[in-house]
Order: sequence, then structure tokens, then C-alpha cells
Amino acid sequence: MAAFVVTDSLKQLIGQKEKPVVLKIEEGAIQRYARAVGDSNPLFSDVEYAAQSKWGRVMAPPGFTGWPIASGFDMFKLFERLAKAGAPMGLLDGGVEYDFLAPIGDGDILVMEIKIAGIEGRETKMGPTMVTTIESTFTNQRGAVALITRNTFLNF
Amino acid sequence: MAKQLYYEDVEVGSEITPLKKIATTRMLVQYAGASGDFNPLHYEEDFAKSLGVGKPIVHGLLKRAWLVNLMTDWIGEKGGLKKLSCRYRGMDYPRKMKTFDEPHDGDTWWCKGKVTKKFVQGDENLVECEIWVENDKGEKNTTGSALTALPSKAK
Repeated sequence: MAAFVVTDSLKQLIGQKEKPVVLKIEEGAIQRYARAVGDSNPLFSDVEYAAQSKWGRVMAPPGFTGWPIASGFDMFKLFERLAKAGAPMGLLDGGVEYDFLAPIGDGDILVMEIKIAGIEGRETKMGPTMVTTIESTFTNQRGAVALITRNTFLNF
Repeated sequence: MAKQLYYEDVEVGSEITPLKKIATTRMLVQYAGASGDFNPLHYEEDFAKSLGVGKPIVHGLLKRAWLVNLMTDWIGEKGGLKKLSCRYRGMDYPRKMKTFDEPHDGDTWWCKGKVTKKFVQGDENLVECEIWVENDKGEKNTTGSALTALPSKAK
């Protein structure tokens, strides 16, 4: 076995930016997410409780925003482009890093900017593996960067 | 809500209050719908087999959400989660359903963590933690770290 070799056509995708996506954060979607992950914090689900809190509205649990919640951005289209450029077909989520820079909650409008931050070749227990890092920056309606995410995907 | 945690309450080595979780096939469907992650890897046997993971696996992102849950429960509403990262190092498999809402026996997971560093930076009291999700066999298939700001009793 050996490390995956990153081809020139894959290298050309590094730094490529996607078309920005506008995300409207709303409490119904937050509530469904909080229920689905089993987080019973009333700040993320109880409208009356949240209204009395210092934020005055239902807040999104950290990590609510970002792929794959970002409706309007289809990560799988990006994976297809990587596959056309030579990425192996096996695909697993490798992990994620978040910088939470400002609170995000009901009513916020975020602009998500996405780019392929890096593509590396490695050897893992799955065999030769391509490691792709996708960085997304979320700017809120007040012009502040509220969140930066770095998702890592493994193609093998 | 749990009582508020203060900077003075924690030391290097302090344990984060553990959080118990299970995952069922039903919960994975619910997570897929709520998150928009419709990768068949998480609900279709043959597809999962073809990828070499044996059978449908728990979403890494669901385990990540458990770790967020661990941290936000522990730091309370006056605490702020500033950074969190995690890596998925192994597969976890959901319990299958026996009835509409009752799962068969299967794996249980514990989200755990401990304080690795505490320091003051500017006007913030910061606490760094090592965090992980551990299965019944003690395997840490999801590991990561978190940085939080805690209120001080002095203020």
C-alpha cells in the first residue's frame, strides 16, 4: 500500500470557491435538529424559555449551522466534481473543526462562502486515501463572521 | 437547567459531567431529515457493504452533535463554546428497532472529557478540554477538543 497520489486535475481544484449561499436561520429547523440529536437544552427548543433568556430568541446549538444543514448547498455535487477529477469513489466524513465567533439563532441571515482549502494524499487503514478539507465562512446580517468550519472528507 | 459552572470550579484534570447516548436506526433517519445528510451509507445495508463498512453506520456528525451537547450542558448558559473539533476514527453501529419506538439491545455510548488547560486571555477565562465518545468496549471512536470561556465568581 502507498499514499494516494494527488493528480494535477485534483490540484487545480484547491482554492476553488463555490457560489455563496444565503442561509435563513429559523426556529422550526433548530427545534427539529435539537430533537434529532437528543439535545434537551430549552434554549434550543422552548420558544418561551428562549424569549426570556438574554438572547431573547431560540438559539441554534453550536454546529447546527454548516454542512450538511446548509440547505441550498449540495456538498455531493462538489464530491462529484472531485470524483470526475480522479478522487477514489469511497467516501467517509473524517471530522470537523469549528470556530464559533458569534451566536447564531432564529432570524439570523448568514452568507456561507465555501472553498476547497486543501487536498492531500495519505495512507490510511482504508488504503491509499485522499484527504480533502473544505472551509466555510459564515457572515451574519451585521457583517460579522459568526462561524468558520473546516470539514475533512476521506476518499479511498 | 443544570447549575452554572464557573472558572474557579475547574482545574486541569477535572472531569466533564459524562453524557449517555444511544443511537437507533430510527434516530439516524430522524437525523438525516433534520440535517439534510441523506447519504445512503447511514440507512442502506447493501450500499454500506459496498463501501466496506459492513452495515449502516452512525453519522459522524451525530456523534459530533453529542459532543457539542456534552460541552453546552457542562458550561451552562453563561459559558461560551469558542472552538470544537473532532475526528471520526472508527465506525459505530445503531441499534435496530423492535417496535415503533423501542429499540433492541445494543451499544451505548458515553460522551466524556477532561480539562487539559485553563488560562486567562484578555478579559476571558478560558478552559481547554479533551473530549471523546466512548462505546461499551471503552473504544474511543470519536475524539476531539474544545475551547470554552467560563464566567468568573470574582466578577
